[in-house]
Amino acid sequence: MTDLLVAAVKSAVLILLLLTAFAYMTLLERRLLGKFQVRYGPNRVGPFGLLQPLADGVKLLFKESFRPAQVDVIIYLVAPALSMTTALFVYAVIPFGPEISLFGHRVTLYLTDVNVGILLVLAASSIGVYGIILGGWSSNNKYSLLGSLRSSAQLISYELALGLAVIAVVLTAGTLSLVEIVRAQARLPFIVLQPVAFLLFLTAAIAETNRAPFDLPEAEQELVAGYQTEYGGFKFAMFYAGEYIGIVTMSALTTTLFLGGWQGPLLPPLLWFALKTFVFIFFFIWLRATMPRVRHDHLMAFGWKFLVPLGLLNIVVTSVVIILRST
Amino acid sequence: MPETLAARYVRRGTAMLRGLGITFRYLFKPPITILYPEEKRTAVQPRFKGRHWLTLYEDGMERCVGCELCVIVCPSQAISVRAAENSPEHQVSKGERYAEDFQINELRCIFCGFCEEACPTGAIVLGREYELAGYTRESLIYTKPMLTEPYPGASGRDPQREV
Repeated sequence: MTDLLVAAVKSAVLILLLLTAFAYMTLLERRLLGKFQVRYGPNRVGPFGLLQPLADGVKLLFKESFRPAQVDVIIYLVAPALSMTTALFVYAVIPFGPEISLFGHRVTLYLTDVNVGILLVLAASSIGVYGIILGGWSSNNKYSLLGSLRSSAQLISYELALGLAVIAVVLTAGTLSLVEIVRAQARLPFIVLQPVAFLLFLTAAIAETNRAPFDLPEAEQELVAGYQTEYGGFKFAMFYAGEYIGIVTMSALTTTLFLGGWQGPLLPPLLWFALKTFVFIFFFIWLRATMPRVRHDHLMAFGWKFLVPLGLLNIVVTSVVIILRST
Repeated sequence: MPETLAARYVRRGTAMLRGLGITFRYLFKPPITILYPEEKRTAVQPRFKGRHWLTLYEDGMERCVGCELCVIVCPSQAISVRAAENSPEHQVSKGERYAEDFQINELRCIFCGFCEEACPTGAIVLGREYELAGYTRESLIYTKPMLTEPYPGASGRDPQREV
């Protein structure tokens, strides 16, 4: 009974935290992009524009719930929800810190420790693709459809590279559980042991989250807004939540897999985790401020002809080294 | 000799890192934009086209002779003029006629400056003021008392100029 209660409280706190993180990521991104472009960015609502996400949220909530003609209503409504829930779901297995003692209870700073944790993460992010495909298909709009097709092609191609990078980490750690992977990095973070996998993972993660320079699914110049063209109001906000939480997820995952998760000297574990995650979030925004969009055939060629062979090579080298060391 | 595959990857990789370096440097530059309502640019360009003025001669006589050329040239039909004859007892301008009523609808005006170009006496000019918002449509139809400069040279133009 207590276990159930603890799990419920932890999930509630987690969801609250993530939604706040999403809201403030939109602000952070806009402010940072402003700074990168030598301007101010939104700074009118509240001090430093800190209430801007709130104003945006209220605005989106009160918008008319518009629906274009001849949409597939149920799928049209389910798609954004799917996109957001799968993004949130991943956090069930990401460890934020070690066990702590709270009100006389041993509380673990993760929701569950699934022994196939990393597989669960990949599965959930793959289901997230459905949100995009269904959203684009049910909208009854050719731009939406084109955007969602591009998106699914891109996600499937880069998920492969992502998976290959993860396999290298799993081989090094000897476990699929994210909690155990963090523990395996107690002495040395995997970024030192697996630099190629790290770069591979980071590149694929950017493509997975549809971020610049791989933001083809929402290339405004060609596709209006891609798969979310026909969405407005709260449904649009849910797609956006899914996208931004996806960025936080990928940052948290990179931290967990390559930077030793919550482990670090002096500072408390939660702070270390937040700090490392923030570095990657900043990197995502920094990259968006720097890189122009790549062409679609270049994107595909880069994924299949460069990242996948590199990932395979990395796995071969890693496996050989591991076998040689064990004999 | 064509560059090798490895050399190409290195070149592209360093190019990307250089790009990141440039944007990172820009992160610490002070913004070149200004916080508009609190801060304002000190001066607009000399040829800026802002609010209209009906200018006066140095002696206080009105330049406008009521020829209505500005009304004819105005592409958005924002100007309305009603002319009246000057008389020796009531000499307003230096010509035969003067503008008894002169209205400009600032909502219609596109600030093209054709009126200024057409005006034979240089009466109508576009000034420097650009904050022309209002709460009602009526308040943005500028009448003759609003358009006439309060004293010669108030609009920023030399009252001694020919045209």
